[in-house]
Order: sequence, then structure tokens, then C-alpha cells
Amino acid sequence: MKSLPGAKSLLAFGAMAVGLSQPVLAQGTVKIGSVLSVTGPASFLGEPEDKTLRMYVERINASGGVAGKKIELVIYDDGGDANKARTFATRLVEDDKVVAMVGGTTTGTTMAMIPVFEDAQIPFISLAGGIEVVEPVRKFVFKTPHTDKMACEKIFEDLKRRNLTKIGMISGTDGFGASMRAQCVKVAPTYGLEILTEESYGPRDSDMTAQLTKIKNAAGVQAVVNPGFGQGPAIVTRNYAQLGMTGTPFYQSHGVASKSFIELAGQAAEGVRLPAAALLVADKLPENDPQKKVVTEYTKAYESTIKQPVSTFGGHAYDGLFILVEAMKRANSTDAKKVRDEIEKTKGFVGTGGIVNMSATDHLGLDLSAFRMLEIKGGDWALVQSGS
Amino acid sequence: MAEFLQFLFSGLTVGAVYALVALGFTLIYNASDVVNFAQGEFVMLGGMVTVFTAAAGVPLPLAALIAICTAVAVGLLLHRFAIEPARGASAVTLIIITIGASILLRGLAQIVFDKQFHKLPPFTGDTPIDVFGAAVQPQTFWVLGGTALVVVALYLFLEKTVLGKAVLATAANRLAARLVGINTSLIMALAFGGSAAIGAIAGILITPITLTSYDIGTLLALKGFAAAMLGGMGSPLGAVAGGLLLGLLEAFGAGYISSTYKDAFAFLVILFVLFAAPNGLFGRRMVERV
Repeated sequence: MKSLPGAKSLLAFGAMAVGLSQPVLAQGTVKIGSVLSVTGPASFLGEPEDKTLRMYVERINASGGVAGKKIELVIYDDGGDANKARTFATRLVEDDKVVAMVGGTTTGTTMAMIPVFEDAQIPFISLAGGIEVVEPVRKFVFKTPHTDKMACEKIFEDLKRRNLTKIGMISGTDGFGASMRAQCVKVAPTYGLEILTEESYGPRDSDMTAQLTKIKNAAGVQAVVNPGFGQGPAIVTRNYAQLGMTGTPFYQSHGVASKSFIELAGQAAEGVRLPAAALLVADKLPENDPQKKVVTEYTKAYESTIKQPVSTFGGHAYDGLFILVEAMKRANSTDAKKVRDEIEKTKGFVGTGGIVNMSATDHLGLDLSAFRMLEIKGGDWALVQSGS
Repeated sequence: MAEFLQFLFSGLTVGAVYALVALGFTLIYNASDVVNFAQGEFVMLGGMVTVFTAAAGVPLPLAALIAICTAVAVGLLLHRFAIEPARGASAVTLIIITIGASILLRGLAQIVFDKQFHKLPPFTGDTPIDVFGAAVQPQTFWVLGGTALVVVALYLFLEKTVLGKAVLATAANRLAARLVGINTSLIMALAFGGSAAIGAIAGILITPITLTSYDIGTLLALKGFAAAMLGGMGSPLGAVAGGLLLGLLEAFGAGYISSTYKDAFAFLVILFVLFAAPNGLFGRRMVERV
């Protein structure tokens, strides 16, 4: 496309006008960018993230902003498309000139945007689950959600405690399921676990009894793990009960940690265990839990303003935004590089996802304590006490 | 044996749904030469409308009826406002129109309903029935029975009623049908309404087993299309046979070979069948008219 000289000067004029209007505002603004999958297949992740960011930026501004400046939030919707995400990322950097970025709903969109922010040297706090976002460590890239590797470790820790060492696995072939499956297979030997049999299903499959029958007939399987996401695990859980396999302990992943899973799987979900963030069981945490305050406050704020049940995904956006805001406060500056250095120094930040301790070699900063092992009892979550 | 039966029932259930979707394809294809890629959306509408009207307090049978009527209305509107105005266009153009319609319907469903997954309670409880060692959900029998009923009803309609014969006549030769006084435009509307109803019924029957969401139609349309091709595009018998065969291939492929390659396995078989018999198992031999 040829750019029209007229349009260009118009843009320049526009930019000037914005520049001129800046001093009129009492304190000036700091621009924070975000690219989220508000629509499209990952919309159930992107939507709560979008709402959370908007709600809290409004709150922060109402209470005086950060480092003496109001936050101006620029959000683009990539519809779950990595190509679009990259285009928007470039726009955030070149046109909007943001200081930092909190966003990137899926691992796919995040990976597409990383080079843009790395080149521009702008801190990027991702909300995507995949471990490849922070491994290897990139100077300007951070993330808030737990990784699938941690979920595997949490499940295996629980299996070990129950002295179950021979497991069967059934995983979704979608990105989430495949990635977590690979991580689980990788860490299983460290926990002395043996994966006896492995099955898979397509993300849109409607019946998994054939695969489960194979697992059922495999000799010696003491527990079954289902890394998966979306409606697949709900169907697997229902088929599991249909085949009368409930005598064998069954583990789901954090990918289904929402009330709708219990609702969809119904009675069949009873007794299923899964690792999940503390946010999900805010009201059930003991009073002395360090995360109790943060998660109950976030739940209250989200549910009273948005009128929808809280999800861990919105929580990731909350964590990302506040890690950034606190870093800006500590730096007492909105200079991208200074903010980056302060993000990396985040220590003891209590978020909805866990307690974050970042370092130059760890841009996630969560350990296994960030996950709680839950069991579904009477149609609700129950915390599994260690030792049971 | 128990294992075999388990795979068999699994395959039949899924296959019955593919068969219903394939039947929908067949009906419209026969009347208009159009492969209606919005067929999957009818299945989605059946499930979603039932879920939402039932959630609003309407008893399930009535909710199901409302869902079927909604789907039929959408089918007729699709015909009236998208297919009919493009009457003279080539089949390819019409097919592209249906793809557009399917995207539109999916988008609308996202707004009108939501983006979550939903379930319906099984019609008759969810205590598995033991069939010689295989655990079968009662809903499976509803799906199989419902499919059989639809197939028989469709057969009776096509073979025993004047209107049905008019559909067959239109399918055989549209120009000749028009010459003997058949209102082919009405027949096409009928085909769209009918296949919408079949799709909706499929959606209602399977929702208790498979759950439903706004975008469940895409894959079902694809699988139903494969089933229709396997059975022979345009043959109702072929559609049913193709659907069941595809379902069974998937289940036995997953059970006896490898779940990772079950789709590949099913499509490989389809490829081989189409190599040997390009018109499908029950397809009419095409005669190219000049």
C-alpha cells in the first residue's frame, strides 16, 4: 500500500494534537497495551481478562494512578489469531507507543508477539500457559499463569503420596492437551511413575469409550490422568463413570478448573481430583492462608462488577497488571527499561495465581505451592488435605 | 467380546449422528445440487435452542419441538433469502453461500446464546445399561432409535407420498420435473426445511451425550459430508450406511489400532473406497450431460 502524503500529514497533525493536549491533563498518562483473544475460540479466556484489566485500570486511576500518572489502556482483540496478534503488537509499539504490555491470551498469540516486544525493548507480561513463553528466559518477557509442567508435577506429587505408581493417560490432541502430555511424560520418571498406557482423543470428539475401554483393560493401571481442555475432559469423565471405572483414581488438569466442568460432567465428576489456583476455592481457604485476602477481594470485585462467576483466567490478568503497576511504583518511573528491571525484582508478590518471586533466571516466579489439589465432592470443590 | 461390543456401541452412536447429518446433506443435494455446509449449524441450533428454552422452564419435549421449529424456520429463511435470490448461479456459488451462512449462524449463536458448553439431561436417566459386558448409556438407544425413525419416516415420505415423489422427480431431473408441473422452488424450500429438521433432531438426540456449543456444527458438517461422500452423494441409503460406517471405523480404529490415528485411519478407508468406487458405495453413476 502506498501511503498518501495527505494522510501522513493528517496523522502527524493528529499526533501533534494529542501531544499538545497532554499537558492539559493534570498529571499526564502512561500507556499500557494489551492484545487479547476477546472473541474467537479462546474467548472464554480473553473475555474475563479483558474485563479484569478494564475494571482495575479504572480503579487504579480513580485512586490517583501510578507513579503520578493515569493509566491509559489500549486493548486490541486478536480473535485468537496469531497473525493478527502480531500486527496489533506492532501497532502498540509503533503507533500507540506503549510503555508496557499485559496480554497475549494464548501461547500461540504470545509466541507470535514476543519478537516485537523484544526488539522494541518493552516489557511484556504474558497471560498464556505454555512454558515456552519463559523458557528460555527472554529479557523482556514475563508471564503470570502456572505452566502445564507444574500441573503435572502437582498431580504426580499427589499420586506419589497415595503410593500409586502405575498410571494410564488419556490426553486431548489440541495444543493444551498435547503440550501438557509432553510435559507429563517428561517429568513422570522423576516421580518414579510409570505410564503403562497412553490414549488420545480429538478436541471435538464426542465419545471416548473406546479409548477408555483400552485403559480399563490394561493390566495394573492404578490411576488415570487426563490432560485436556474444553468439553473433551467432561465427556471423558462421563464415559469414565459410564464404564464403571470410578474405582480407579482419576485426575483432571487445571485446564478444566471451572464450575462449568462440574456442571457438564455432573454426577460423574464426583471424586475427580485436579490441581487448580487458590482463586477457585477462595471461600474455602483457611483464614491464615497468605492468598486468602487477595483472592477473596478479587472474587468480590469481579463478581459484583461484572456479574459473572470468577475464573482463573481473569486472575492471571489481575496478577499481570499489578506486577506491572507495583514495578512502576517501585521504579517511580514509567521508563520501559527501568520498569523491566523492577518487574524482574518482583519478590513476595501475592497474586491470585500464587506468590510470585521472580529472578533473572525465572520470569514466572511461581512454585508448586501456587497449585492446590482439589477434589470434587457433592458438586463442589474441596481442598485435599495433604496426607489424604 | 465385551470390548468388541463397547467399541460397536460407541461407533454406532457417533455413526448415527453422522448418518443424520449426511441425510440432511443428501436431501438438499438431491433437490438443488447444493452441498449445504450450514448443515452442521442446524445440529447446533437443535441442541442450543433446546438447552436454552429448557433452561427457561419449558418442559423438555416442548423445548425440543421449539428447537426443531426454529431450525426449520432458519432453514426456510436460508433458502428464501440466500439460495433463492441466487437461483441462476452455479452450484459452486451456492455452496459458497452456504459456507457464508454457516459462519453467520455461528456468529449469531455466539451472541444470542453464549460461548460456553451446555448439556441436556439424558431423556431416561444415566445409569449405564449392561449389554453382555459393555456399558451403554440409555441415551445411546434414543440416538439409534431416533435415527431409525427419521430414516423410516423419510423413506415413507419419499416413496409413498406425492410430495415425496415430487422431491425424487426434482432430484432426477429438475427441468423435466418443472415441465410436468412440479414447483421445484417449493421442493427446494421443502428440502431445506426438512434437512433443517433432521439436523435439529440429531442435535437434540446427541446433546445429552456429547454436550453442545455454538461451534459444534463445524466438525459434524465435515464428518457428515465425508459420510455422505462415502455412501454416495445423493443416496439416502448411502448416507445412513456411510455415517454408520464412518462412526464404526473411528471407534474400532481407536480401540484396536491407535487413538492417535483414528481419524487418519477413517479417512484412509474413505480414500480407498472412493478410489475403487468414485461415486461412493451407493452412489448413482453420474452421466455427464452435454
